[in-house]
Amino acid sequence: MNASFTITIDNQSVEATPGESLLEVCRKANIPLPVMCDFKGLSPVGACRLCLVEIEGVPKLLPACTTLVAPNQAVHTQSDKLRKYRRMIIELIFSERNHICAICVANNNCELQKMAYELGMDHVRFPYLTPVCEVDASHEKYVMDHNRCILCTRCVRVCSEIEGAMTRDVMGRGFDARIITEFKQPWGDSTGCTSCGKCVQVCPTGALTPNDAAQGRLKKNPELVALLIEKREAKP
Amino acid sequence: MKKKIGTVWLGGCSGCHMSLLDIDERILDVAALADIVKSPVVDSKEFPDVDVAIVEGAIITDQHLTEVRHIRAHSKILIALGNCAVTANVPAYRNRVTKEEALKCAYVDASSNDSAGQMPDSPELGKLLDRVRPLHEAVKVDYYIPGCPPSADLIFYVLSELLNGRTPNLDKEKLKYG
Ligand code: SF4
Ligand code: SF4
Ligand code: FES
Repeated sequence: MNASFTITIDNQSVEATPGESLLEVCRKANIPLPVMCDFKGLSPVGACRLCLVEIEGVPKLLPACTTLVAPNQAVHTQSDKLRKYRRMIIELIFSERNHICAICVANNNCELQKMAYELGMDHVRFPYLTPVCEVDASHEKYVMDHNRCILCTRCVRVCSEIEGAMTRDVMGRGFDARIITEFKQPWGDSTGCTSCGKCVQVCPTGALTPNDAAQGRLKKNPELVALLIEKREAKP
Repeated sequence: MKKKIGTVWLGGCSGCHMSLLDIDERILDVAALADIVKSPVVDSKEFPDVDVAIVEGAIITDQHLTEVRHIRAHSKILIALGNCAVTANVPAYRNRVTKEEALKCAYVDASSNDSAGQMPDSPELGKLLDRVRPLHEAVKVDYYIPGCPPSADLIFYVLSELLNGRTPNLDKEKLKYG
C-alpha cells in the first residue's frame, strides 16, 4: 500500500494516493471539473481537453484526467485563463462537425449541449468547418452519425475494454479523423460487433443512437454502463 | 425619449418572429418604452435608424449581406435572433455542396419537380452566396439569442433588459439551442 500524501487544489488541502489522476482526486473532494471524453471505469485518454487545470510551476495547462498526482502539487481549477480556454475548446468542438441541435435526435439529451450551456456558449467565434460526414445506418439496431461525433473515443474504449469486441477504432488524423467499424466497413457488415449497445449508451452526443429514436426523443443510460463496470470491477 | 426597434428576417423560416409575437400582451410593455418602426409586419421600405435591430436568419444571398451591412450601419445595438442568425443552423447544411449543386438538387433533381425543372432566375431574387454564414461572420453582433426558435420569455427578457438600460445576461439557465 502506497503512502498517501497531500496536494492543494484551489488552495484547499486534499489527500491523494500515488497513481491517482488529478481528476479522480478532484472528484473525491467534490471539486467540479468539466469533462467530455472521460468516462468512469474506462482508461483516460485526454482527448477533449476540457478538464485542463493549472499546476504551479508548470508552464502548460494539463488535462486533469491524464495527469497523475505528485507530492506538493499546487493545482488550480478556476481562473480566467482556464475559463477562456474551456470556452474556446467547446466552441472548437462545435465548429468541427455539423451540430444542428434543432434537428438532432439527441437534442435536450446531449452531454455536449449541456456542457456548452454550462460554459455559457452563446455563439461560436470560429468559422464552422462543415465537413462532409457520413451517416452509417447499416446496423439493424443502431445508427452512427459522424456529423455529431466529437472523437471522444468513449465508444472505442468501451468496446475494447468492457465488451472485449474491439470493433471500433479511429482512422485518419485531425480534420479527417473518423470513428470506424472493423477495417472501415459498414457497421451492419461487422462480424465482431455483438450489438450490445454499450457504445450507444456511453456516447455523449447524438453520434451513436438507437435507430428508432426520433428528434429530441433520445434516452440514453450511461449510468447503467458505469454500474456494470463497477460491478465487474473492471480495471483497465 | 422612446427607443426605436427594427426587426427583419433574412435566411430564416420566420419562426423566431412568431416567437416574438408570442410575447403576447407583454408587447404593451415593449410599446411603452419603444416604437417598432420596422418589421416584416410594418410597411416601410428601407431599414431606418434604430436603437435596437433584431435580425432573424442566416446570410444566404447577396441581398441578405447587403441588408445586414445596411442594418448594422443604422443600428446602435444589433441582436442575432435564433439559431439561423447565431449558427447558420439548418440553412448551413448546404455548405457541404456547391451552390450550383444545391440549386440543382432543389429545382431540377428533386422528385417533386416535373421533368422540366427550372431554376428560378428572377432579378428580384437574391443570388446564393458560396457559403451560408451566421451574422457575426459578416457584421459585429452585440447580443446573441440562440434557440430554434428562442422562447418568447427569453426574447422578452433580452428586450426588457436592453430597453431599461441594463445588460442582458444569457447564463446557463437561459441558454437553449434546440
Ligand atoms: S450531438 Fe448534441 S450538441 Fe450536437 S447537434 Fe446533437 S444535440 Fe446538438
Ligand atoms: S461516436 Fe460518440 S462515443 Fe464515439 S467518439 Fe464519437 S462522440 Fe465519442
Ligand atoms: S476529460 Fe480530460 S481531456 Fe477530456
